[in-house]
Amino acid sequence: MKKTQRIDPLADLAPGSVCRIVSLELSGLLRRRILDLGIVPGTLIRCIRRGPSGDPTAYLVRETLIALRSEDAAQISVRTLLNGEECV
Amino acid sequence: MNLTAEQKRVLWEDRFGISLADGQIGIALAGNPNVGKSTIFNALTGLHQHTGNWPGKTVDNAQGAFLYEQKSFLLVDLPGTYSLLAHTVEEQIARDFLCFAYPDVTIVVLDATCLERNLNLALQVFEITPKVIVCLNLMDEAEKKRLMIDVPSLERELGVPVVATAARQGVGLTELKQKIVQVASGSLQTNPRQIVYSSEVEKAVKQLLPLVGSLANNTLPLRWLALRLLDGDRSFLESLSSYLGVDPCWEGLRCAQ
Repeated sequence: MKKTQRIDPLADLAPGSVCRIVSLELSGLLRRRILDLGIVPGTLIRCIRRGPSGDPTAYLVRETLIALRSEDAAQISVRTLLNGEECV
Repeated sequence: MNLTAEQKRVLWEDRFGISLADGQIGIALAGNPNVGKSTIFNALTGLHQHTGNWPGKTVDNAQGAFLYEQKSFLLVDLPGTYSLLAHTVEEQIARDFLCFAYPDVTIVVLDATCLERNLNLALQVFEITPKVIVCLNLMDEAEKKRLMIDVPSLERELGVPVVATAARQGVGLTELKQKIVQVASGSLQTNPRQIVYSSEVEKAVKQLLPLVGSLANNTLPLRWLALRLLDGDRSFLESLSSYLGVDPCWEGLRCAQ
């Protein structure tokens, strides 16, 4: 039986957990910037820690630590990893 | 672009405030931030450097000269960027230099420990100029991380020479200089890999190609021009008008939009 995969906003990811990028709902220059940093559909991303007031959040992407504002991370869709999927 | 040495000298001076000596070969040095670009720059040019600012910008600009095989080279250090699609002043400077200075050779320095993210910039540069050398720097760091890079395969995939270096240890710099000479003289032909976009984008590019020919008097690759117009890249349009005097109300722009 195939389980349906839940799609969540990246902003909801708890520190320590890993997921895979599904799509970017961002547009314009910010979208381009995020893509240039290597955050593209299919990329694994790990939430590392939140800033003191809960924003911004540090993510590990392709071995680089990148901070994103939660309003921007809210527009990036991710899905949790399937069992046995490799981690970053 | 085939310019005489004198035309090129005047153009570099007028557009970028850079003094190219008579017969000197102009090289652009591009790369992501923190890939050891400045280490390469220093290793190649030693103390023969001149620093200042880019015209009208508060971004540092460094140029350095070196001699190799009785030829003189001027190396221009571009700001470190992840992209050339211009959201920051640094990206705009790097892009404008590659598009409007027509360097004889462009070196793209990549971090060998993080190729995936670095290749993005290389592929963008490939769309602007074919005369590119990829410099795979920080090979010592990659080795420490037990990363093996198949340089000949990478070279084949990218279609340009790839030189592995560890600039801090001075490894690979002689080979880099040899490749610079070969690419500048045309004795080594390059054929950089071009990204094929989705069929929708490719169709739109095809429609635009016949229209954009007149836009830059064939001084820029038509494909790159068409892609930027499709992007609606305002800052590139501004550069087109300031460097080439293109009318921002040009009719083809409306077709693109």
